[in-house]
Amino acid sequence: MQRIFGLIKDRVGALLADGTVDRVIGWEKGEFLYDHTPAIFNAEDDLVDLVYDGFCASNLSKYLIDESKKDGKILALLKPCDTYNFNQLIKEHRINRDNVYVLGIECRGMLDIDKIRALGIKGIEKVEEQGDELYIQTIYGDKTCKRNEVLLEKCINCKGKEHVAYDELVTSGEDIPQVESNRFEDVEKLEAMTSDERFAFWRGELSKCIRCNACRNVCPICSCVECVFDNKDSVVASKANTDEFEENLFHIIRAFHVAGRCTDCGECSRVCPQGIPLHLLNRKIIKDINEFYGEYQAGQDTNSLGPLTDFTKEDVEPSIITEKGGEK
Amino acid sequence: MYKISTDHLTELFSSISHDRALYMPIEKNGQVQFDRWMEDKKVRLDALNTVKSPKDLFFPQSENIVAFKIKGKNISIIENRDESEPFVVFGVRACDAASFDILDMVFLQDPVDTYYKARRDNGIVVTLACSEPEETCFCSVFGIDATNPSGDIATWIVDDMLYWESLTEKGERFTETIKDLFESADFLDEEALKSHKEDVEKIIEKLPLHDLSLDGFNSEAMDEKFNSPKWEELSEACIGCGTCTFICPTCQCYDIRDYDTGQGIQRFRCWDSCMYSDFTRMAHGNPRTSQVERFRQRFMHKLIYFPTNNDGVYSCVGCGRCVAKCPVSMNIVKVIKAMGVDENV
Repeated sequence: MQRIFGLIKDRVGALLADGTVDRVIGWEKGEFLYDHTPAIFNAEDDLVDLVYDGFCASNLSKYLIDESKKDGKILALLKPCDTYNFNQLIKEHRINRDNVYVLGIECRGMLDIDKIRALGIKGIEKVEEQGDELYIQTIYGDKTCKRNEVLLEKCINCKGKEHVAYDELVTSGEDIPQVESNRFEDVEKLEAMTSDERFAFWRGELSKCIRCNACRNVCPICSCVECVFDNKDSVVASKANTDEFEENLFHIIRAFHVAGRCTDCGECSRVCPQGIPLHLLNRKIIKDINEFYGEYQAGQDTNSLGPLTDFTKEDVEPSIITEKGGEK
Repeated sequence: MYKISTDHLTELFSSISHDRALYMPIEKNGQVQFDRWMEDKKVRLDALNTVKSPKDLFFPQSENIVAFKIKGKNISIIENRDESEPFVVFGVRACDAASFDILDMVFLQDPVDTYYKARRDNGIVVTLACSEPEETCFCSVFGIDATNPSGDIATWIVDDMLYWESLTEKGERFTETIKDLFESADFLDEEALKSHKEDVEKIIEKLPLHDLSLDGFNSEAMDEKFNSPKWEELSEACIGCGTCTFICPTCQCYDIRDYDTGQGIQRFRCWDSCMYSDFTRMAHGNPRTSQVERFRQRFMHKLIYFPTNNDGVYSCVGCGRCVAKCPVSMNIVKVIKAMGVDENV
């Protein structure tokens, strides 16, 4: 990670210096080396605070909706999976492509501080990555763990190391280990449940929701200028659940609204303060779309018609959809 | 001071919950929250911070205020507030206990908020001293002693023993009703507890945020802080969600909404967030139209406006929840460091 960071910083500095770009969006280092914040850097001198390591999970593509409308060109540091959202936003005419310079950066998978804490590691002051090993300095002594054990969910189910959009790539040439996974494994488990069990699972999870809107606000697909849940004239606007089922509706409506557009970037689950596996709602829909309309990855390109916005004679009949419920 | 072996806590809890509700940190679906105790629940007294603070018990996220029934041209008013019953909240940390004092300043000032007061009167707060603070903890910055929490009753867990000490008359009266379950703590216990506290104090002194300085956050600096150009940069990553406000033990803003039930109107109040675009929206519109202004409001309120109006008491207790949970890791610590004393000299 150290090596790639050096290469990125050099390249960013050079592109700022030669005037190719006017600003940079990246990550600014935090208090504890695991709490980096997305930030905009306006000058080469500001880059002292730029950071790139295993704690830069934030998907920066959504910020480009506003940033690309400003004067000048912004350089965006995008990891491979982030570029899918970039493409999807281009497709939906939300980003002004001309004002963005995408520097595609290599990624070894991002780390989940909550998973490190779940190992019983408390008082984390510093996390150092050395290959596959993490050295963690804490108030209660030094600890170690394996990188693979504490990858973010979205990184366990990595989309691969290819960027689907970029102006330039920065790679270290080092080998990037890929974790073997089946991203639909958990969806299949849910499908295998009886409807009562599945209902109980989702009630248990969604009843934790505090309606903080972190999932919606971080979601690069949720890009409505005003969300229906914030619109006082929509009848459904609400800040709290007026009955005990309301949070379920919120999440189900959101999942349906991003259907066919969700790239499975996993930001919703990453930011949920209550650890609700929201990505499973989206993945179930992705899985259904794949089965009904053929394999589809939102954000793969910027011009194809989405499965739910296109019509072909091979499309599945509505009766089959309503009768299915997880089994072929 | 009393003591009870931690092996007998279930008996203690069962006895307390006999005639009143008992709330404590309980794990459910992988997260620890203040929830109603029952024997089959997974108690997590080792968890330092619950996701949400226990403020819900006094100031619920959503509660009914009053209902209206409309018949022709007549409107009748129906008092249907949620009933409050006697309860005990156990395992409250020093930071959260201090947050109740801050909420009291807001809700018990004239005009007294009777919804809040009813719960406050009905609730007995049993605190639990911290043994293993996290790097995100900074309660000491606000003069809070994690080894000597306030509340009606304070408790400490040292090895296999829980020590129990009443701090208020209310706590004393309650302890009387269950004192048969306890043994009296003797001199050796006092010594063990003292030495335990000293060990924890040493950890607290070494915490990375222990030296956070609040110099420059005072009413004299109000204009200068308000007009600081730094807000723009600090708020640029903010996604405008309500995580920080909803997990915060001291955030106390609420909205009042009417819900059309079909037969009438149910008026309820619910937590509001200054991060939301419709916060304090009035007939004329919204006074804060940008996220920079909304972001600034949150921190100005906690660090300048609140202390200005409340004898210098900051509206933050250093629990560290926002430090751990903000989706973009922008929090009050970063704001204090960026906006601190440098600007005020």
